[in-house]
Amino acid sequence: MTVLAVHRDPVALTLTIVSEFDAPAARVWQVWADPRQLERWWGPPAYPATVVDHDLTPGGRVTYYMTGPDGETYHGWWRVIAVDTPHSLEIEDGFAFDSGRPNDDLPTTSVEVRLTAATAAKTTMTMTSRFASIDDMERVIAIGQDEGLALAVGQIDAILAAPM
Amino acid sequence: MVAGGKAGEDHADRIFRALADRTRRDIVRRAMGGTLSVSGLARLYPMSTTAVQKHVAVLEEAGLVHRTPRGREQLVQTNIDTVAEAGELLAQFEQLWRDRLGRIGDVLAEPERGERR
Repeated sequence: MTVLAVHRDPVALTLTIVSEFDAPAARVWQVWADPRQLERWWGPPAYPATVVDHDLTPGGRVTYYMTGPDGETYHGWWRVIAVDTPHSLEIEDGFAFDSGRPNDDLPTTSVEVRLTAATAAKTTMTMTSRFASIDDMERVIAIGQDEGLALAVGQIDAILAAPM
Repeated sequence: MVAGGKAGEDHADRIFRALADRTRRDIVRRAMGGTLSVSGLARLYPMSTTAVQKHVAVLEEAGLVHRTPRGREQLVQTNIDTVAEAGELLAQFEQLWRDRLGRIGDVLAEPERGERR
């Protein structure tokens, strides 16, 4: 995996990352479309994800939870907005109660993924994450830190030092 | 979990409304340097000075820009702190996604196991 480009837009509140993988687009699509593959990368190693429902059709739901080192679980969901296999996917990602029911009081994140064949054996993936407000971003990060997504300060400094 | 509270929600609403408009987002970018006046900004857009003035007022209310008197003009400057805060938060999401993309690379590098699609 190679990160080709990153664009942070602090005004539009979007993050775009362009990356390249040594695999055909149909193969890369599987990491989103196959729940067993999805759960191997969605959560950090110490908080592995378990995908419960996985309906990757427009209006469909994906539900999942991550399990922390002490056995506590953190639930989440996707609402599938648009799917074009194996080219693009648009989802809304949110938090859920332990029952799996979406918690509508917490902010959601919009995620758009586009796959394009760079060559027959290489795929470019463009991921754009969008937030409704700075407050939403803060809250998603605060909750994410409880879920093992907390970041070392040094890592963030390194990113911020890079030109935007 | 962090709850924004009513005041925090109202503030977030104002920022969101302010940034929902393309012209206003553009003003926030152009006013980073703080050297443009309202009339200077108005020359950049196909709209009246009054219309631009209204956009600036919305941004000011959301805490995204402030105005400084300079002679007969008022210079518009982006509140860098607000934008820097957003940049810092985006950097945290960047790291989250870099980690995920790295793990996707690991999954793809493995020989395919029994097909289960």
